[in-house]
Amino acid sequence: MSLSSPIKKWRGIQALLVLALVAFGAIIVGCGSSDDGGDGGSAKVQLVAYSTPQQAYEQALEPAFKDTETGKGVEFSNSFGGSGDQSRAVEAGQAASYVNFALETDVTRLVKSGQVAKTWKDNKYKGIVTNSVVSIVVRPGNPKNIKSFDDLAGDDVEVVTPNPFSSGGARWNIMAIYADAIEQGKSKKQALDAVKAILKNTPAQPESARVALQTFLGGAGDALISYENEAIAAQQAGEDVEYIIPDTTILIEQPAAVTVDAPQSSIDFLDFLWSDEGQKIWAENGYRPVNPALVDETQYPSPATKLYTIADFGGWDKVADEFFDEENGSIAKINEELGVEAE
Amino acid sequence: MAAGTPTVPSSNRPRASVRLPWAGQALNKGLVVMWLGLMVMLPLTAITTKAFENGLDGFWTAVSSPQAVAALKLTVIASLIVVAINAVMGTLLAWVLVRDKFPGKGIVNSVIDLPFALPTIVASLTLLTVYGNKSPIGINIAFTQTAVVVALSFVTLPFVVRAVQPLLLTLDRDMESAAESLGAGRWRIFRQIILPNLAPGIATGVALAFARAIGEFGSLVLVSGNVPFKTEVSSVFIRGQIESDNLVGASAVSVVLLAVSLALLAVVTFIQRWAVRHER
Amino acid sequence: MNGSRLVRWTLRYIALAYLFALLLLPLGVIFDEAFKEGIGEVFSAITAPDAVAALKLTLLTVIIAVPLNTVFGVLTALVMVRSNLPGKRFLNALIDVPFAVSPIVVGLALVLVYGQNGWLGEAFMEAGIKIIFSTPGIVLAVIFVSMPFVAREVIPVLQEIGDDQEKAAETLGANGWTTFWRITLPAIRWGISYGIVLTTARALGEFGAVTVVSGRVSGETETLPLYVQKQFETFNSVGSYSASLLLAVIALVTLLALNLMRRKEN
Repeated sequence: MSLSSPIKKWRGIQALLVLALVAFGAIIVGCGSSDDGGDGGSAKVQLVAYSTPQQAYEQALEPAFKDTETGKGVEFSNSFGGSGDQSRAVEAGQAASYVNFALETDVTRLVKSGQVAKTWKDNKYKGIVTNSVVSIVVRPGNPKNIKSFDDLAGDDVEVVTPNPFSSGGARWNIMAIYADAIEQGKSKKQALDAVKAILKNTPAQPESARVALQTFLGGAGDALISYENEAIAAQQAGEDVEYIIPDTTILIEQPAAVTVDAPQSSIDFLDFLWSDEGQKIWAENGYRPVNPALVDETQYPSPATKLYTIADFGGWDKVADEFFDEENGSIAKINEELGVEAE
Repeated sequence: MAAGTPTVPSSNRPRASVRLPWAGQALNKGLVVMWLGLMVMLPLTAITTKAFENGLDGFWTAVSSPQAVAALKLTVIASLIVVAINAVMGTLLAWVLVRDKFPGKGIVNSVIDLPFALPTIVASLTLLTVYGNKSPIGINIAFTQTAVVVALSFVTLPFVVRAVQPLLLTLDRDMESAAESLGAGRWRIFRQIILPNLAPGIATGVALAFARAIGEFGSLVLVSGNVPFKTEVSSVFIRGQIESDNLVGASAVSVVLLAVSLALLAVVTFIQRWAVRHER
Repeated sequence: MNGSRLVRWTLRYIALAYLFALLLLPLGVIFDEAFKEGIGEVFSAITAPDAVAALKLTLLTVIIAVPLNTVFGVLTALVMVRSNLPGKRFLNALIDVPFAVSPIVVGLALVLVYGQNGWLGEAFMEAGIKIIFSTPGIVLAVIFVSMPFVAREVIPVLQEIGDDQEKAAETLGANGWTTFWRITLPAIRWGISYGIVLTTARALGEFGAVTVVSGRVSGETETLPLYVQKQFETFNSVGSYSASLLLAVIALVTLLALNLMRRKEN
């Protein structure tokens, strides 16, 4: 057996190995640039949203939009998760042409990174596409007789609320508790203590509003603080829960925007969501329309005492700094105090 | 060969110093070094660099934050409890699988590996159903620290069993028989003759189980509640840090977890080398 | 040592009870919950477009990861056992690293290297290639976590069989490739087979790392394990359990393969 041809064969195999490595690289590259990496084509809406409206979008709004003139043939790709998490993902490069988050700061983050135009709020509804209110979800029959946020601070009550540093919904919850305390005449410090008393009673702090709902339905806690639309979604899915609108609560304003280089289909979609037809569909799915004329008081009652808005506390930019800054915010401090006390 | 048991390439047989040239060709060595370098070394270095991006101070601040410490405490304590359970139950299981005979033993033997093959999220989902509020057997421990222990016990089940089984199989029964004929009781025989021979296997299994347990994530996601300071383990804490865009903090705690795991793997290697030496 | 019957039975039933509570009951629940609304529901759940897409993506990652890890695993084993590469102890530790890393940390590491501001990521982004939040990131995560198995299974076999036969072949004039193909490969085929099965099982089930690097776009960057989680979160219990059932069945097939191989080898 001559040495040259088997050696050539072995060299050949090694060459194949190197080729395989190159092919591997090519596959990676190919996968990377061909699918959702680029602009996604002219008729595709790349939707990135917070956790709760998933069914509303997938089962009602998107099909209805596709039935309209402007929506014909439009394709959707959907991603849902905790509001803060999703916003940061888009900032870090996740493809998006239409975003819908639970609070304004999650859109502002994208304005700062240049992905959403500064003018996103310059319209009739100031960028807000749906409303809701913070409500308290309880077990059927309300065995612990919970009527207000004060009741949640009780000794043998367990409350589920999401983690305020990953979930937008959690921040609304906390501001609702705070607003309720302020309305009762408490001082700022006392109001924060009210928040702390409730946070003390949490057996679970899931990462998003939707996971919090699932955790509650899975048996954790006596009560869940959540969006009214979450409670309605649970009921519509056949779950046995009741919800109360506390006497004082806060109006949850859920913003939406298109990204800077979004295709026309995304802009059309956003317009559809603001149209009467779109708003009616939102209402059917548990969300309060932003158009006051379309709000049915029997389905969406107002709180007995007062409905606060975030503007009452200076707007989200101010509140995010003051309350939810990771290191110096009042809520971060409360978490720490609770943690130290728990040990 | 027990799955997942690392060994060091030290041969038991006397070897000539001549190696096979083709295996040692530059291209092969280069490929392997490049592969391990790109796929393993690079990510490891990236994490370590990030962890110390703000200097030693920054690292220490991140690692010593109350929430990080609480998560680490829970992680370590739960893992220690779990490996203690595993040391006992794993040995018991190995014993039953090797020394006992019953119909369906083969199936039971195969099922032991299920935690290797089942995705952790599926484990989490089903443990939530079995031990949550809709439990068919009436046990509800969801969202408690007990749930953490149960989930970790699930995923670490195979480690001790698979490390002890081969040792039991190759155990020399002569000593046992001799001891028995000398009148030693069963428990004494087990404790003084059998157990020492199983010790390296148990130790290996325990180390591997511990390394797996402290990093476990998927099986805890749905069933533990993830409450900071109560039921949040380090991996969940790290995920929270990543999603809050605090990559330095995430990397710092990751480095701690990594250091512990790598130390454990080194211990395993050491145990196996020790066992090989002491076998003769 | 023959224990008394009582001791033997006690041990046996404690062991079986433990396995029942921890393994068999959960496994049974998957089947039970999936079929709660009948087999038709399971079928439609598994054939839903998002589920199919998730399965396809999971399979794609496996098809890329397993051959790659097999080839490099065997190569690594050969280099570790049969070559005189310096620094082998260090490389040996590197092989084990994926065993020691939490899946979340894997995701973090990949973000740091391949993310938008990552060491390599920046260059990729400028070339228009997205890795994190896109399919390549998921593939890389799966490759990483399933890397060690083939090498770990083959290395001890290579050590045990020794290189006598290979050296003999060399003396007779066979070159590297022939030696490998005719002598080494048949000897390590069980090691490779175990390794492939383990690699596949690990690759299919990866969850934690993918959670971090995936953008979770339904139908595109959602693997089957992620799909299970999403279905759970949107009240779709049957969908969640049906997908889990699929994964569990694949897991059981894996166990079967391992078992058959063990028997055949002995």
